[in-house]
Amino acid sequence: MNRYYWILGAFAALVVLLAVGLGLNPRDIPSPLVGKPVPAFRLALLADPDKTFGPEELRGKPWLLNVWASWCVSCRQEHPLLVEFSKKLDVPLIGLNYKEVRGDGEFDMSKLPADEEKKLALQRATGWLRDHGDPYRLTAMDIDGRVGIDFGVYGVPETYVIDKDGIIRMKHTGPITPDVLTKKILPLLAELSK
Amino acid sequence: MIARALTFSLMLALCLAATGAQASSAWEAAVAADPVAEKRLQALSKELRCLVCQNETIADSNAELAVDLRREIRGMIHDGRSDNEIIDFMVARYGDFVLYRPPVKGVTLLLWGGPVVLLLLGLGALFAYLRRRAGRVGDTERPLSTEEARRLEALLKEPDNK
Repeated sequence: MNRYYWILGAFAALVVLLAVGLGLNPRDIPSPLVGKPVPAFRLALLADPDKTFGPEELRGKPWLLNVWASWCVSCRQEHPLLVEFSKKLDVPLIGLNYKEVRGDGEFDMSKLPADEEKKLALQRATGWLRDHGDPYRLTAMDIDGRVGIDFGVYGVPETYVIDKDGIIRMKHTGPITPDVLTKKILPLLAELSK
Repeated sequence: MIARALTFSLMLALCLAATGAQASSAWEAAVAADPVAEKRLQALSKELRCLVCQNETIADSNAELAVDLRREIRGMIHDGRSDNEIIDFMVARYGDFVLYRPPVKGVTLLLWGGPVVLLLLGLGALFAYLRRRAGRVGDTERPLSTEEARRLEALLKEPDNK
C-alpha cells in the first residue's frame, strides 16, 4: 500500500510542475540587454524626416522607449493606456516605429523601392497616430528593422525603461497592462527619477 | 549517370537562382552565390532559434525575424566575421535562448544534468527492486519436507483420468 502513496506523491509533484510550467509565459524571454547600455542608433524622425534622433540626446534623465507599428495588433491594445498615462508622465516617452511597411506582410517588398517604402511608412505611421492618439514625445523610424535587431526586438510591442546613464533597466515584451504599469514601470521610474 | 549529374547541376542552379532572387542588394547576391558562405549561413542558422516561432531554427522558419536574421548573418559573413563572433552577436541581443544548444552553466545545470540524475534514480530503483525480489524468490527455494515430497510423489503417480 505504501508504494501506491509514493507513486501518487510522484504524480502530484509532476502535476504541480506542469501546472507551474503552463502558467509561465513562453514569450517572456529574459533580455540580455537589461543592465547594459542602450544600443547606439540614429534614425529619422516621423514628424520631420530631415531631423534625426539618437539615444545619447536623453542622457541625464530616465526615459521610456516603446516599439510599435501600425500593423501590430497588440500595440492597438496597449495604446489607449500609453495615451492616457503619457499626459501625466514627466519622463520622455519615445516611440520606435518598427518595420512599418515591410513588417506588415501585405506588401511585395521586391516591387517596392526604398524611397517608396519610406514615404509609405511615414504616411501610415502618421495616420495611425492621428487616429489613435500620439503619446510620444517623438517617434524614430526604424524602417528596415536594423535597430530593432540591436535591441533584440522579437515581439512588438516592446517597452524599455532606460536610466539617466543610458543603461537599460527593464524590458517588457507584449502590450503594457495597467498592472505592469502601476506595479513595475511607474515604481521603477520613480526610483530612477530620484 | 550523366542525366543525374545534369539534374543535380540544374537543381543547384535553380536553388542559387532562387536565393539570388531573394537577395535585394549586390553583396547579398554575392554571398548567396558563394557556396562556402551559403554553407556557413546554413550551419549557423541551424544553431539559432527563431524567437517568434520558438521551436524552429532560423534556417527553417519563415517568420519575418528569421528572414531578417539570416540577412544579418549573411552581412556578417560578407564582412569576414568568424562563426563565434556571429553567435556572440546573436547572444548579446537575444540571450542564451537564441541558441538551439543551450550552454552548460549554473542555470542550465538541471537541464543538462536532470536526465542523468533521473536515469541514475531509475537504475537505483530497479536494482533495489531486483535485489528484494531475488531475496524473496530465494526464500521459497528450500528443499521439500518429507511430507511435501510424499505428496509430490503421489501426484505424479496419479494416472491422467481424462
